[in-house]
Amino acid sequence: MAGKRRIVVSDIGEVSVVRFIDRKIVDSANIEEMGEELFSVVEKDKRRFVLLNFDGVEFLSSAALNKLILLDRKAKAAGGKLKLCGLRPEIMEVFTITRLDRVFQIKKTEADGIEAFGL
Amino acid sequence: MSEPQWNWVLEESIPSSLDAGHRTIDQLLNALTQWGWDGRDFFHVQMAIEEAMVNAIKHGNKESPDKSVAVSFRIGGNSVWMQLTDQGDGFNPNALPDPTDEEHLDQPHGRGVMLIRELMTTVAYNERGNQVTMHKVRSSDD
Repeated sequence: MAGKRRIVVSDIGEVSVVRFIDRKIVDSANIEEMGEELFSVVEKDKRRFVLLNFDGVEFLSSAALNKLILLDRKAKAAGGKLKLCGLRPEIMEVFTITRLDRVFQIKKTEADGIEAFGL
Repeated sequence: MSEPQWNWVLEESIPSSLDAGHRTIDQLLNALTQWGWDGRDFFHVQMAIEEAMVNAIKHGNKESPDKSVAVSFRIGGNSVWMQLTDQGDGFNPNALPDPTDEEHLDQPHGRGVMLIRELMTTVAYNERGNQVTMHKVRSSDD
């Protein structure tokens, strides 16, 4: 998985755990790049079980949320599953307000997230 | 603007680029930190101004080099007041689809305006829809 600049992907069994380089996911060029890198995990690398770990992420804008929504669509279209974990309370509140907590399955810790795939 | 005395004021006109917008937001966030804002209140202000700035520059001015955004920020002891005025045609915030409707939940539209409304104490748009005024009163438990 060389060449990714906005995310780090590590495989734990069948699950690809994605961590984010940026503490603040706000710059539009970086968000575009992050989106392309996330999409490639599902589309190019053909990973079916993807866990996004937001540990260390302090802020993300609605433009970044939109990339996550598109990623979820792509994962579902490819027959895969996407889950989220490690959201700090303020970011979790954003998911709750926008009701995106109903679109994404969100777990507290990485271990909880991996377990939730039921593999 | 109920606070008679503002601790920090920034008034400027910035070009329609997101880089310029973020530089101005950073000034606000640095000043908020300096005046003791943190936690949820800080996050709420950061989220609202980020979304409003993107709306003004991208959707309002369409990143045109011929247009600018008038920025006005004020920080008081208990609240922050922010106003952005772009030179676009404006929009009707009440005409946007509700992004929390079941049928729109997976659509990538309308969340910025909704987040601003939910996270600020008061939000007002002018009639043309090219100016947003946001006021956040600091919560007592933060």
